[in-house]
Amino acid sequence: MIRKSALVALSALLALGTAAASHDGPHVSDAQIAHIAYTAGRIDIDAAKQALAKSRNPKVRAFAETMVRDHAAVNDQALALVKKLGVTPEANPTSAALARGAAEKMRSLAALKGAAFDRAYAQNEAAFHGTVNGALEATLIPGASNGELKSLLRTGLTLFREHQGHAEHLAGQLR
Amino acid sequence: MRTAMLRGAVLAALPLLPAPAAAASAVHTVVIDKMRFGPLPANLRSGDVVLWVNKDLFRHSATARDGSFALDLPPKSSGRTIVKRGGSIPFFCKYHPGMKGVLVSH
Repeated sequence: MIRKSALVALSALLALGTAAASHDGPHVSDAQIAHIAYTAGRIDIDAAKQALAKSRNPKVRAFAETMVRDHAAVNDQALALVKKLGVTPEANPTSAALARGAAEKMRSLAALKGAAFDRAYAQNEAAFHGTVNGALEATLIPGASNGELKSLLRTGLTLFREHQGHAEHLAGQLR
Repeated sequence: MRTAMLRGAVLAALPLLPAPAAAASAVHTVVIDKMRFGPLPANLRSGDVVLWVNKDLFRHSATARDGSFALDLPPKSSGRTIVKRGGSIPFFCKYHPGMKGVLVSH
């Protein structure tokens, strides 16, 4: 199930990459890129809130608290930037697919308890950050036109790579 | 005899005198930005102060693995720790374990 939701998100992001790369495909605008990045951050905050409501493991809780704080910081910056640039983040099929995949994942995690939940949450965090990082690197950062947006996405990538490593380490400890 | 005694008294008193300026504790700044600890001081000595400046958007910490210091650093904040011993002092950010370094004090 972890794989499935990661795949849903990955295929959505890869589809975006194909569209962005194709001359005939729809152009992916900064407004759409901002929406995708913001959505990914919001998804991870929601996942962390679910973990804080369900988990009693101090390491899992500490990780989730960091996710809430860091992703909120990036999303606050993103909102400030789009406001400054006069850009309205624009909903698009990729962010919709990400949100659908995340909702499905939250439902499956909701059914788990204790150590099984902790393991599944950590594994999904590793997979989700991996997917988002791949998309940032291959598609979203190269596709961004505005320099400040590009720079914020790069900051996000540095942060999320750390999160991915942290999640992988945590998942390894919970195995 | 008396001179020798006096000399002994003077020598015994020496450690109580303030240290000369050259040996005074120094303050070394370590800047944290973009999910990294910046360059670490090369000439650190036991008793020196490390001023940690978090310029990042994110909350970090400077946490010694040996427990000798633990500093919480909200975004755009700074704080000081004292180097209590010589040798290598590994440290990390407790929120982002991939961020780490080693202070080397002489």
